[in-house]
Amino acid sequence: MESLSKRAKVLEKKPMTFAERAYLPAIFQGLTITMRHFFRAATKKQVTVRYPDETRPFSPVFRGLHVLKRDEAGRERCTACGLCAVACPAEAITMVAGERKKGEENLYREEKYAVSYEINMLRCIFCGLCEEACPKAAVYLQADKMAPPRFERDEFIYGKDRLVEPVTPDNRSKRGIQLTPEQADKLRAQLA
Amino acid sequence: MSPLFLFLSFVALLSALGVVLAKNPVHSVLFLILTFFTLSGHYLLLNAQFLAAVNIIVYAGAIMVLFLFVIMFLNLNEETEPHKPALAKIAAAIAGGSLLLILVAALRNVNPAGYDPATFKSQIGMVDQLGLVLFQQYALPFELASILLLAAMVGSVMLGKRETGERNF
Amino acid sequence: MTLPALGWQGLVVLVVFGVSLLIATYSTYAERVIAAFLQDRVGPDRAGPFGLLQPLADAVKLFTKEEFFPAGANRALFVFGPCLAMVTALMSSAVIPFGNFLQFGDTIIHLQGIEINVGMLYVFGMVSLGVYGIMIGGWASNNKFSLLGAIRAASQNISYEIAMGLALIAVLMMSGTLSLREITLQQSVAGEWHFWNIAKQPLGFIIFIVCAFAETNRTPFDLPECETELIGGYHTEYSSMKMGLYLFAEYINVFVASAVMSVLYFGGFNFPFQYELRDWLVSSRGLELVTAQNIITILGLVGLFAKIFGFIFFFMWVRWTLPRFRYDQLMRLGWTILIPLAIFNIMLTGGLITFGVIK
Repeated sequence: MESLSKRAKVLEKKPMTFAERAYLPAIFQGLTITMRHFFRAATKKQVTVRYPDETRPFSPVFRGLHVLKRDEAGRERCTACGLCAVACPAEAITMVAGERKKGEENLYREEKYAVSYEINMLRCIFCGLCEEACPKAAVYLQADKMAPPRFERDEFIYGKDRLVEPVTPDNRSKRGIQLTPEQADKLRAQLA
Repeated sequence: MSPLFLFLSFVALLSALGVVLAKNPVHSVLFLILTFFTLSGHYLLLNAQFLAAVNIIVYAGAIMVLFLFVIMFLNLNEETEPHKPALAKIAAAIAGGSLLLILVAALRNVNPAGYDPATFKSQIGMVDQLGLVLFQQYALPFELASILLLAAMVGSVMLGKRETGERNF
Repeated sequence: MTLPALGWQGLVVLVVFGVSLLIATYSTYAERVIAAFLQDRVGPDRAGPFGLLQPLADAVKLFTKEEFFPAGANRALFVFGPCLAMVTALMSSAVIPFGNFLQFGDTIIHLQGIEINVGMLYVFGMVSLGVYGIMIGGWASNNKFSLLGAIRAASQNISYEIAMGLALIAVLMMSGTLSLREITLQQSVAGEWHFWNIAKQPLGFIIFIVCAFAETNRTPFDLPECETELIGGYHTEYSSMKMGLYLFAEYINVFVASAVMSVLYFGGFNFPFQYELRDWLVSSRGLELVTAQNIITILGLVGLFAKIFGFIFFFMWVRWTLPRFRYDQLMRLGWTILIPLAIFNIMLTGGLITFGVIK
């Protein structure tokens, strides 16, 4: 058959030499390779980390679990415009918008706010397009947290209780966002 | 008769009966292996260590493995066992009975020679003594047997050799 | 100290069994650590310092697992199989000469379970019986995969026993005895420059070690268990400590095979310059001959265990390096390569002995 690309190589199947047929030289070659790895591992250059004790550093561009941010005064930034839901390629975000009542100015920054805001973490592909779409800089994908595994499917639907940044550093929902100690300190200083 | 001898004989007879009476062929084979074991025990009592070891290696260790192998492959069990006609059973009983009769008749008049403690060599069953006997008194039959076995082995290797052009999977 | 000599030997047998079990236990740990290191991993390090208590944790785990009997299994034989595998594996360790002898006053303790003059045949017989444990267990499981594993084990063991025996004959031709102790002592005689058998039998050793891999069902010849094809082979249906017994039996077999290879080919409890060292201890250190001999014996014991551990390491090293053979390749290697090679080796040895090159 005519070669289409002229890059085809003719594979020559030579009869095996005696050393190849004896198989032992190849075995010793393999053994030396594994022995090299043995000594590399024995001199503490293993490629694995002892996970619960040590963790690998996250990549600087890592995109993890979402958080709905508050502004400096502790008000929710989200205005339920729905741009994130539109941007989401996995259609993981749903929200219900509501009007801010009188006396709720310290809770919500804009007149319109998200009564409910849900992200389905089973659908989410953590692409970060919601973060880019958000005009109010409300939704962020945290760089150091992952969506943890759960036993039930409905536990993967994160509502506002688990997405919104906590108001007080100690007020942590059991399954929601938890602040790192530094973040908690920062929040505490802001509120003080 | 030492208690060990009595025990070994008891187990030997019991397991030999088990070979015949067991319904499951695999159990029969296992009983047969046990019989070989007790026979090896008897050899040991007779100070024939080499024979005992070889009996275990060759009979219990190799031949019976093949027996078991074949029986496992055939998957014989009580359900698949064909029902034998009564005629065959009667014929088998008569044949076996006459064999027993002949054996009893032949052994009834045997008078064991016994041994003379003065000239008895207790080391006769040891491997070096056995070797001397084999290579001096029975050199020709021994060599012939070894040639036969070698020929069989060469034959098996030749059968297993891959011929040129044969497919290599 | 008033125990009769037989009592001491009985104690030695118990110690040998205990040591075999201990080594088998820690072989499981060693296997994991070596596997991990060969693959640039860490290995078990949670249970105790360096994970040294891992075997205990494993034992607890195995003991607390459910005793499971598959439907249609032959219950008696299902239990009997692993027991038999374990017993035959342990029994073969009884005749291995672990050391020369210790002498306290008039009591002489041979560091060997039992000395019988057909010791090598005894080991051989026990190894060949070991396959029954696998066959019976595999058949009694009432599982096709188990049965296939059992049948593979049977044919593999029989095939490789022949080559192993033929490789052994060349050693026996030189030694002229079947006693493992005699074979060891012949490899080092005072005042003579004596080589270990490996120097005289390199080909025989290669055949023997390949067969040892096949006999102990270790990779690259672990066709009887062969996870990729047979799930777990003969122990597919086994759980709990019955499974543990099979695993244990395999490691004891590895230990015994290593010990036999050390004794047959690597001088057993001998080590270079032992007689010079003994004489030096007597002449320069002013020790009594008996004490010096005891020290040599202890050193020899340590030396033998170093050799054994070296072989066990080699077994594991090979396991985590080589892929598994295909079954037809295995049979072809055994019957058409190793057996003719072993016969050639016998002829070569015979010729060399006849012309006085080796003795």
